[in-house]
Amino acid sequence: MKIREDYEYVGWRRLLHWVNGDPLEDYLPQEKLKRDSLRDQSEIEEQRRQNQATLIRRVRDWLHEHGMEWYQRCYRFFAVLVALAMITVLLLTVSFLPEFGQPDNPVNNEVSQRYIEDGLQETGAVNIVAGMILDYRAFDTLGESHVLFIAAASVLILLRMDYGKDGKVRKDSGLVDEGYDRKYEPRNDVILQTVTKMLFPMIVLFGIYVILNGHLSAGGGFSGGAIIGAALILYNNAFGFKSTRRFFTYTVFKWVSFVALTSYALLKTYSFYTGANHLASGIPLGEPGAILSSGLILPLNICVGCVVACTMYTFFTMFRKGGM
Amino acid sequence: MALVQNFPFLSIILSLSGGVVCSVLKGKNARNYCLFVLGVILIFSLSTLGYVLRTGEAYNYMMGHFPAPWGNEIRVGVLECLMASVFSAVMMLSLLGGMHHIFEDCEKTKVNFYFTMVCLLTSSLLALVYTNDLFTGYVFVEINTIASCALVMVRYRSGKALVATTRYLIMSLLGSGLFLIGITILYDLTGHLLMQNIAQSVAMLFATGTYAFPLAVIICLFSMGLAIKSACFPFHTWLPDAHGNATVSSSAILSGLVLKGYIFLLIKIFYRVIGMEFIFQDKATNVLFVFGILAMILGSLKAMREQDLKRMLAYSSVAQIGYVYLGIGLGTTAGLTAACLQIIVHAITKPMLFITAGGFMDVSGGSKQFRDLQGAGYRDRLGGLAFVVGALSMIGIPFFAGFVSKVLLTTASIEYASLKTIIALATLAISTLLNACYYIPAMLTLFTHPKEDRFGSKPIKLHRSYIVALVVLIVFNFAVGIFSQPLTEAIQSGIAMFR
Repeated sequence: MKIREDYEYVGWRRLLHWVNGDPLEDYLPQEKLKRDSLRDQSEIEEQRRQNQATLIRRVRDWLHEHGMEWYQRCYRFFAVLVALAMITVLLLTVSFLPEFGQPDNPVNNEVSQRYIEDGLQETGAVNIVAGMILDYRAFDTLGESHVLFIAAASVLILLRMDYGKDGKVRKDSGLVDEGYDRKYEPRNDVILQTVTKMLFPMIVLFGIYVILNGHLSAGGGFSGGAIIGAALILYNNAFGFKSTRRFFTYTVFKWVSFVALTSYALLKTYSFYTGANHLASGIPLGEPGAILSSGLILPLNICVGCVVACTMYTFFTMFRKGGM
Repeated sequence: MALVQNFPFLSIILSLSGGVVCSVLKGKNARNYCLFVLGVILIFSLSTLGYVLRTGEAYNYMMGHFPAPWGNEIRVGVLECLMASVFSAVMMLSLLGGMHHIFEDCEKTKVNFYFTMVCLLTSSLLALVYTNDLFTGYVFVEINTIASCALVMVRYRSGKALVATTRYLIMSLLGSGLFLIGITILYDLTGHLLMQNIAQSVAMLFATGTYAFPLAVIICLFSMGLAIKSACFPFHTWLPDAHGNATVSSSAILSGLVLKGYIFLLIKIFYRVIGMEFIFQDKATNVLFVFGILAMILGSLKAMREQDLKRMLAYSSVAQIGYVYLGIGLGTTAGLTAACLQIIVHAITKPMLFITAGGFMDVSGGSKQFRDLQGAGYRDRLGGLAFVVGALSMIGIPFFAGFVSKVLLTTASIEYASLKTIIALATLAISTLLNACYYIPAMLTLFTHPKEDRFGSKPIKLHRSYIVALVVLIVFNFAVGIFSQPLTEAIQSGIAMFR
């Protein structure tokens, strides 16, 4: 058997040395030569410490530079994986569900049957949906309109800026007046302003129509209110805050939503109370199809419409640098 | 129909419109109105509780002129009334305890919105407790989500609170989304939203064996959605930030009540909508059991490493929620009783601890780090006393409230007699030790005289509302700890009415 002369320096030995943490010079022949010729023991120690320090620094630097990146990569990968698993499970579930639109589906039971067959008679509303949300299941809708209100209130907490008497943001308000975006108002865009002048009354009128006919045709407080809110936003974009402030300020928002929601709650309290105690409510249902019919649904639609319009416009103004 | 029977409905409406009224009032008036509303609700809930205990049976209350499957309905039993009373009382005390912090942390012109949020939150909690209709539940879950995020957000001058709110909002909306998908699929299978009607249809579906897979997915979606919102263990990551950075009252309300509202809804769904035997069949209880156990251990371990008092308390909430899920996970009536009692115990103890944390911050230069809190127990003696009571209760020392719920949990798991018993008992023992491991050092820190006297050692003058809140909560704690028998019996009779 032939033993290599430089058996000290074969790969395996080098690996062993490296694992043991010996200095490079021990197992690299050139380094060994250098050591023998040039360096004494203390220099080797110094070299070894430097090597270690370099290694640690390199690892730390790598983590510093790439660690976050790698973490985010893994994070994204697993997030996508979880989302895909979720999608698969939900799609699989849908494939098990009863087929859409079949007459013998479980959803076609006595509940929807009564809504469709007796809805007109019991609520007086030609629009069955209005009868359902504002009479049969009015409690849910009461909660839902308060969801709108609470969303608007949260945005007001976060974004409303309090202007002092000098027209600037108050110092103690905790918010910084970032670039006053009303500097360039009014924008005097002739096309926009002319079109708005023509369209604004029509849109508002249409919104009011949708609200007032909520119990007669498709529509109601939610959709009509959204239309009026859109009209207000258009007007604001065309003529600027100076014009809208003449008729819509924070005070207006506050009191309109207060009156609308409180009267909604009061009307419904009366109706719930009488209903639960089996008293006659004494509210005439009127003749189905007439504008003054279907009991409380018309006033409730008006209330909901006011709340929705105010909320939409408030969201818009608040997200444009917080103020009306 | 007796007048008392109208009270639950009236208290929901009163707090809903109370929120709207608070939005137009000025700060101080809004506070007074909010406290007035909460007081009225407390009286209403207590009198309804008395009525239901006397008649001994639950009743359904028709919301409007149309009977249940067509109109909305709420359901009032002993357990519901008990929860409503506890929730409104604790809500009021949490507000009182952190009142001066609210006025410091909120912007001056927007303080009234804080009370708006509190009123709406109360209404949503009451509705979650009383509802007999899944969709009504969802609507009020929405209100609850937005209101509780807003309660964290009001302290927005601290950037941390904003980041915490964002995380909380995203997680919470994810939970709502899963819950809504669950309701949709369930409606598609049964055609109903009213709880007992769904229960009938689900029983039929299980009997015939059709739709087994969608039903399992529904159970999974409900449990997961509500577990995210109530910070059950693997989904708890939003909680320490949100509870640690909010203003004092918000932390107290969030950890004492908001989490409990969702858990109560989950219990309702398990027992009144899907039916416990089917939950058993699908092994959902086992999953919740494991989550509960992990929460008990890992929540405490995380709490031990915290250097921040409020964050420590927040992690302790994670552990305590684990106890509730352990009780639900046992799946027996005894387990449920223990879980309900644990809900009440935690609801009266954790707000007290958070309020004292606020008091210690007052006397320690606004810091909530343990190194600044040395000797805070001497500077604020009442707070120190309340903290000791709360901490001993959380550890589970006899005569304090926490002991009772732990004893009930132990007996419930012994009755169960299977592998779960051993695991539950071992975990209860370990987690009690772990609780002691972080509450006792916290107490020692509070009662160690600091080396340098930075904040003065004389007791400062305390706010009157703070004193009232702490004293009442301490009394509650001892009352529950010593006279727990009637409470347990009330819960048992409530659960018997639950079906």
